[in-house]
Amino acid sequence: MQSTAHAFKENVGAALADPNLQDSLAKLKVGFSERRRQAAERLPEFEALRDRARDIKNHALENLDFYLEAFERKVIALGGHVHWAPTAEDARRIIGDLCRSVGARTVAKSKSMVAEEIALNDHLEALGIAPIETDLGEYIIQLRHEPPSHIIAPAVHLTKDQVADTFFEHHSKLGFTRRLTERNDLVAEARHVLRQKFLDADVGLTGANFLVAETGSSMLVTNEGNADLSNTLPRMHIVLASIEKVIPTLEDAAVLLRVLARSATGQESSAYTTLNTGPKRPGDLDGPEQYHVVILDNGRSAVLGTAMQDMLRCIRCGACMNHCPVYGAIGGHAYGWVYPGPIGAVLTPQLVGVEEAGDLPNASTFCGRCESVCPVRIPLPGLMRHWREREFERHLTPRAVRQGLALWGYLVRRPALYRRVTSMANRFLALFGRVEGRYRALPLASGWTRFRDFPAPPGGGTFHAQWRRRRR
Amino acid sequence: MSDARSTILDGIRRSLRRGELTGAARDAAEMRLAHPPRGPAVARAELPQEQRVALFCEWASFNNATIARVGSDDVPSEVAAYLARNNLAPTAVMAPSAVLDRFDWASQPMLSLRRGRAEAQDAVAITGAFAGIAETGTLVMASGPDHPVSLNLLPDTHIVILREPDIVAGYEAVWQRLRERYGKDHMPRTVNTITGPSRTGDIEQAIELGAHGPRRMHILVVRE
Repeated sequence: MQSTAHAFKENVGAALADPNLQDSLAKLKVGFSERRRQAAERLPEFEALRDRARDIKNHALENLDFYLEAFERKVIALGGHVHWAPTAEDARRIIGDLCRSVGARTVAKSKSMVAEEIALNDHLEALGIAPIETDLGEYIIQLRHEPPSHIIAPAVHLTKDQVADTFFEHHSKLGFTRRLTERNDLVAEARHVLRQKFLDADVGLTGANFLVAETGSSMLVTNEGNADLSNTLPRMHIVLASIEKVIPTLEDAAVLLRVLARSATGQESSAYTTLNTGPKRPGDLDGPEQYHVVILDNGRSAVLGTAMQDMLRCIRCGACMNHCPVYGAIGGHAYGWVYPGPIGAVLTPQLVGVEEAGDLPNASTFCGRCESVCPVRIPLPGLMRHWREREFERHLTPRAVRQGLALWGYLVRRPALYRRVTSMANRFLALFGRVEGRYRALPLASGWTRFRDFPAPPGGGTFHAQWRRRRR
Repeated sequence: MSDARSTILDGIRRSLRRGELTGAARDAAEMRLAHPPRGPAVARAELPQEQRVALFCEWASFNNATIARVGSDDVPSEVAAYLARNNLAPTAVMAPSAVLDRFDWASQPMLSLRRGRAEAQDAVAITGAFAGIAETGTLVMASGPDHPVSLNLLPDTHIVILREPDIVAGYEAVWQRLRERYGKDHMPRTVNTITGPSRTGDIEQAIELGAHGPRRMHILVVRE
């Protein structure tokens, strides 16, 4: 997928002005986060499981080469194939070749963020192969030619009416000539349309939530059942997964599954959790004849052993974006690439470059909610701060910000001067009048006050002055 | 060794500032694969069998499945009655499993059963289950000649026959059973763990049942 992260500020402006998006985001703020809270409360062991989940992923990353090789051995022993793709281009070529080897005309796809990352659909279309997204949310946005706006709910930015319009436009030619208004009717119509496509597809392509080294299994977690139809009906199953998805054992998977569903949607368990190990066995009445796993690096191995390694623990639950006030205000598209929200602000500069995506780690209030809900305890604000420091070092920060920070840095290293200046500034601010504890306009701060009031400091002088007074 | 493969593995080793994993670290990783350590126990499912069965039923209902607790003689009549209650035709495709064949299906002459995998037009599937997980009300299905995966997915209605002794506490007990049944180094092609009917929250986060898999799941929990 082509990044538009460099246009973050313009994207934000458009997002804030989009009434449909704002309606959808209002629902998101109460939906997922409240359900996660309830699910966590129902399980007294939840915090202990999060600690363990973090430790499992750390252990897997420290021994990543070992577990990938162990995984590969098991897949081959059970009749499957493993393909190694250092770059996105390698992965596209491998998958294209596999599809062509069986003369594929259509590919039933189950939602995969890694497939979005490598822009697989465009590549398949260029080869004359039709990729069909089968996750309902992905199907909706594929019809609308939009990228996903959330890693687990790709169409979360759309209202029911927008979905109804999209289906009416695209399904009329298939004989569905009534514009639907109820959610259950929309789901039923998509089910009907997609069912035939599953039956016709030559290849099923899925991602993987985990690769289990112990058994050579790919593990998939879904609610709709589309991934399972994708890996059962077509004659070839291709799994596309990035290197950090490998975990040691089934016992480790049990821990991660317990935190994944609860963090993502607040469910006790997703409807379908599936282990796929190799192709159809002798005597099986269904299942694919060929099973292939494509393991993608695409810049991840370079993150190991650096200050940013923690980001590779991510299990893609989406809790950080569900709880982020910035994501809640602007939605996912504004981030400009595959992974939005706090994890996107950390991953995108790594995977597409800090020059392209430098604005993303700045779009945070550092409120810390993302870190407090992350099931594998990724220190997201800390990692965003790391990117800000890299930007500053590389002179990517705008000049006004650099000068402001330099001035502030000069002052705070000189406490007496700092106190005199802040006390003057405080008195100066008083001249502009406080309206209910806030300013409507301030000189040199129109960038702020054009959109919102500036909070006024409470009366009684600066913090330093009050501190001194109260200690006496 | 293919170039792409060594590019990735060497890249990982370079970043981790070491060569191939050796010595104590390798032994520890080998040991972990051979004897997988368990994570924190989930207390709510550590119960005597009777209460564990009750907990399974509670969570399966919470996840939108319906439950009937029956004796083994009543399985065919409950299946027929369920179809009648839901205005469904008394026709189903059933897993070709010796365990299911032991029930007295002839006692329900109106019920028409075909054994095999599911086809597009099948409306009702009847299968057994490898295990049930009490912690979340989850069914575990292991694929094989006696349990085609398509039965779990294609038909609108899925009727599952689960023996009480097959209800275990959590995932860990299921993994143990899989290793005992298939061997430590083997797995069936597919292990589906299924918690209630298919669902989606992709339109305005409101849960709708029957996205791609079954709209209805009825579980017969059978006393032995």
